[in-house]
Amino acid sequence: MLAIARQRMLGQSFKKILPAVSVLRSYSSAAKQITVREALNSALDEEMSADPKVFLMGEEVGEYQGAYKITKGLLEKYGPERVLDTPITEAGFTGIGVGAAYYGLKPVVEFMTFNFSMQAIDHIINSAAKSNYMSAGQISVPIVFRGPNGAAAGVGAQHSQCYAAWYASCPGLKVLSPYNSEDARGLLKAAIRDPDPVVFLENELLYGESFPVSDEVLDSSFCLPIGKAKIEREGKDVTITAFSKMVGYALKVSEMLERDGIYAEVINLRSIRPLDRSTINTSVRKTNRLITVEEGFPQHGVGAEICASVVEESFSYLDAPVERIAGADVPMPYAANLERMAVPQVEDIVRAAKRACYRSVPLAATA
Amino acid sequence: MALSHLAASASRSSSLLKPLSSALSLRRPISGDNSPLTVETSVPFTSHQCEAPSCSVETNPKELLTFFRDMALMRRMEIAADSLYKAKLIRGFCHLYDGQEAVAVGMEAAITKKDCIITAYRDHCTFVSRGGTLLEVFAELMGRQAGCSKGKGGSMHFYKKDSNFYGGHGIVGAQVPLGCGLAFAQKYSKDETVTFALYGDGAANQGQLFEALNISALWDLPAILVCENNHYGMGTAEWRAAKSPAYYKRGDYVPGLKVDGMDALAVKQACKFAKEHALKNGPIILEMDTYRYHGHSMSDPGSTYRTRDEISGVRQERDPIERIRKLILSHDLATEKELKDVEKEVRKEVDDAIAQAKESPMPEPSELFTNVYAKGLGVESFGADRKEVRATLP
Repeated sequence: MLAIARQRMLGQSFKKILPAVSVLRSYSSAAKQITVREALNSALDEEMSADPKVFLMGEEVGEYQGAYKITKGLLEKYGPERVLDTPITEAGFTGIGVGAAYYGLKPVVEFMTFNFSMQAIDHIINSAAKSNYMSAGQISVPIVFRGPNGAAAGVGAQHSQCYAAWYASCPGLKVLSPYNSEDARGLLKAAIRDPDPVVFLENELLYGESFPVSDEVLDSSFCLPIGKAKIEREGKDVTITAFSKMVGYALKVSEMLERDGIYAEVINLRSIRPLDRSTINTSVRKTNRLITVEEGFPQHGVGAEICASVVEESFSYLDAPVERIAGADVPMPYAANLERMAVPQVEDIVRAAKRACYRSVPLAATA
Repeated sequence: MALSHLAASASRSSSLLKPLSSALSLRRPISGDNSPLTVETSVPFTSHQCEAPSCSVETNPKELLTFFRDMALMRRMEIAADSLYKAKLIRGFCHLYDGQEAVAVGMEAAITKKDCIITAYRDHCTFVSRGGTLLEVFAELMGRQAGCSKGKGGSMHFYKKDSNFYGGHGIVGAQVPLGCGLAFAQKYSKDETVTFALYGDGAANQGQLFEALNISALWDLPAILVCENNHYGMGTAEWRAAKSPAYYKRGDYVPGLKVDGMDALAVKQACKFAKEHALKNGPIILEMDTYRYHGHSMSDPGSTYRTRDEISGVRQERDPIERIRKLILSHDLATEKELKDVEKEVRKEVDDAIAQAKESPMPEPSELFTNVYAKGLGVESFGADRKEVRATLP
């Protein structure tokens, strides 16, 4: 009981300190800050400008300016032949996008959320991912499927699922998930330029967040490599892997752990498929402890794959069992308190990191 | 001696042909000439929301002889595939097209290789009509390197991108939105070409078909949806699967045409009409009334849901090859013996291709890991035992 109370107090005091800390963290050599939304919009704009074969299609991408305003201004700039509002028929318009990619165009298909991609998943997997293989290289599919993925806020079970694990299990697809504005710009540009089908998993709650970007990132030729994770913060005691929104949580966690003398290495996966096993394993060989963090369902999730990879490649380096923090194994509830329990919180990640470092706080049951 | 026989028959029949016999040498080759010939199709077109094209089809002896040869080749090829399957040289799925040859051949005669064709899994003959070779067909069916997909696709995944043949698809109905996407890209690129997306009566009830048709009509895409109605979706007769089996009308606001799919000339006329329509007015549906002699696939005898009388009836009354044969003979474009010789030649071609295909080796083990991506980025891929088999994707 006391232990839990102590933890809660710590948590609250951290909440007061954190905003100031994060402001300090965000100052870097460049003063420019852009939101993830602006990053995605500018990436689409620049790639459409550079290559006339790139076109956008999806629900409300044109006249509505994008359901989440990601495609704002693009209809006015490029016209209705390149920015196409579709009817609400995912199977039909996704198939049409894939067919256009067969012919050599470069479609960027938006799903209003990836929950709706399930209606089109046959085209993503069977028509897009497998075609280059089945045709022995004749039919490549240079298409990008993008949109918000995972939990938003209060949208309920049918609108909150994370699809990273499902898509990333399929050979022939590339699956990317940006965290900050630099990721958003660099990875989306890379995805559009890539000749293979790319599933690009954004996050609705990150769209409005601002991040600092350097001049290099703002240049129209900027591109990030596919298949390479980024070490957001170096550390020596425990490795935390995360993608998308959870990277932000992992960074907060690393600040909290530092106060307890635990230095966490935070890896922003950026690419779920191909997974950067090399960076992950190198990190675990250094820290000897691993926490995987994801928003999605735990069973057969991204963390399960990372854990297996580390056990296969770096077993003798592990000083503690691999810890998985994931969404709860339930459909997403609506009530705010239950929703909070269904998605990883910063405290969950801290607790797991301490367990891995043998610094656990005793459980409530004992009190 | 064969040549002089030909010459003799040529001189006999050329006097019966009208204009240009004097300009012809006496040694008229069996491939015929281009002198125009008009044939009336026996079954009229039925139209929906449009005016049907005329039943008078322009053709010429060369075209008719080509139809005969090509369809005989396809027929022989499919029957040979049947034997290879029973000999266990072909594995998995094998969906045969014999009976439906007129659709492939008539369509090709109306279009160019810049127009696109996409179809489902009954794709062997469509592949050949787009320029695929017999060797590529048999080698692919047997899973060998010389196959059109290097042995990695199989029966349902033939492709020939350089002549705009986009497969070869195993998921029923998926090829229709894909085909509309091809049409979208053609319009986007201002190519003035069209796409023919073929599907069966079974696939005609798929929702994604209507989704694609809606978008095609909204965006005026040059998409021609061709329902190859062989009246059975696997083992289910059309009247058990569709409340309205008038597939040419199912487009509602999209015009449609019902065509005798066993008549290569009618198919040609309809496709020519459809291409002109699609380039000006957007999508159109063609329903080809056709028939398959084999069952759905090699694991289906094809006689549990239809009577043998029905099958032999169609063979007697409507066989596409016999119709062209009768047409050629009645117009004295060749003799019966010449046509039989063509069939013998074609049989030999098929046998030779099979022999050659059997010589082709199976793919190298390293091919397991090629073409997963167009750009592999040097990532690792794994075999069943990842500690034993790993590869770097180029």
